[in-house]
Amino acid sequence: MNPFAAQFFSELDATALAQKGLFYLCATICLLAAAGVVASRNVIHMAVSLLFTLLGVAGLYFLLNAEFLAAVQLVIYAGGTLILIIFGVMLTSKSPLSQFQPRRWEVIVGGVTAGVLLVGIWLALKSSLPELMRTPGVTAPATGPQYPVRDLGQALLGDYLLPFELASVLLLVVMIGAAYLAKGRRRVEDAPPA
Amino acid sequence: MLLAPIPILAIPEAIGLGPYLALAAVLFVSGLLTMMVKRNAIGILMGVELVLNAANVNLVACNHFVWSRAVMGVGTVGEGTLGEAASGANAGPRLDGQIFALFVIVLAASEAAVALAIFLNYYNNFSTIDVERGSQLKG
Repeated sequence: MNPFAAQFFSELDATALAQKGLFYLCATICLLAAAGVVASRNVIHMAVSLLFTLLGVAGLYFLLNAEFLAAVQLVIYAGGTLILIIFGVMLTSKSPLSQFQPRRWEVIVGGVTAGVLLVGIWLALKSSLPELMRTPGVTAPATGPQYPVRDLGQALLGDYLLPFELASVLLLVVMIGAAYLAKGRRRVEDAPPA
Repeated sequence: MLLAPIPILAIPEAIGLGPYLALAAVLFVSGLLTMMVKRNAIGILMGVELVLNAANVNLVACNHFVWSRAVMGVGTVGEGTLGEAASGANAGPRLDGQIFALFVIVLAASEAAVALAIFLNYYNNFSTIDVERGSQLKG
């Protein structure tokens, strides 16, 4: 075994390696699926790509030791919101494969704006990241702190009690509002003669 | 690799904050591009979901790498330790980023429900889901 390989394997940290591999796997899934959402003309294909993006983000949550949040992402986002979106697609098109072509100038303007924004974010990250990296917490080993669900619940019912209760009111309002809005309002000309 | 100081094969270095932020930036930009390019209202809604997910990745990653460790006294952020600023009743790790992410998920679900109800109404009135056709307020 040559010395480089010996040093390589002596420094090999299995946990860090697995974490790195899983991160790049999830990141690749996310990026490819996000590109699919952008590029696909078909709404159903977009929804499937969005599903894979959400699954990749859930994997990232697992890697960040946020297991409860990953489960919530899978159940609410992938299981609830996406199904809602697919129902919306099916209810709002005569054929579910209907598509609208974007105009050329729309694509150009959007691409230029997105590119400028991406370069701006990258420059900001590049200038601020070395400083951020010097803080000890950022370059920590792979085994990070664990976040028990008990702590999450205590924070939710302790420091965040008011937003938690407001969220319940919000959900009630949303339920009533959505039911009111989606109720098929009969048009005047369709109304039966009195 | 975009962030040059993170070579893929440098084994001892675990994944840091940087790759997560870079990934979230790309997710955000693709969501924005989706919102700008698509003319299907539901496609625009999917772009909004992408943007919210990017924000969530940022929140959870920063909570994991910076905030929780700093509060536990493992690290510092900027000038001083943040421990005194955020010492709560419980001694466990602070989970503010995760809680924000939870609320963002709840808001995204409610927003999707209301938006889809509006789109259904729009479709009933205009018989299309193309956003460019909705140029009048009263159908």
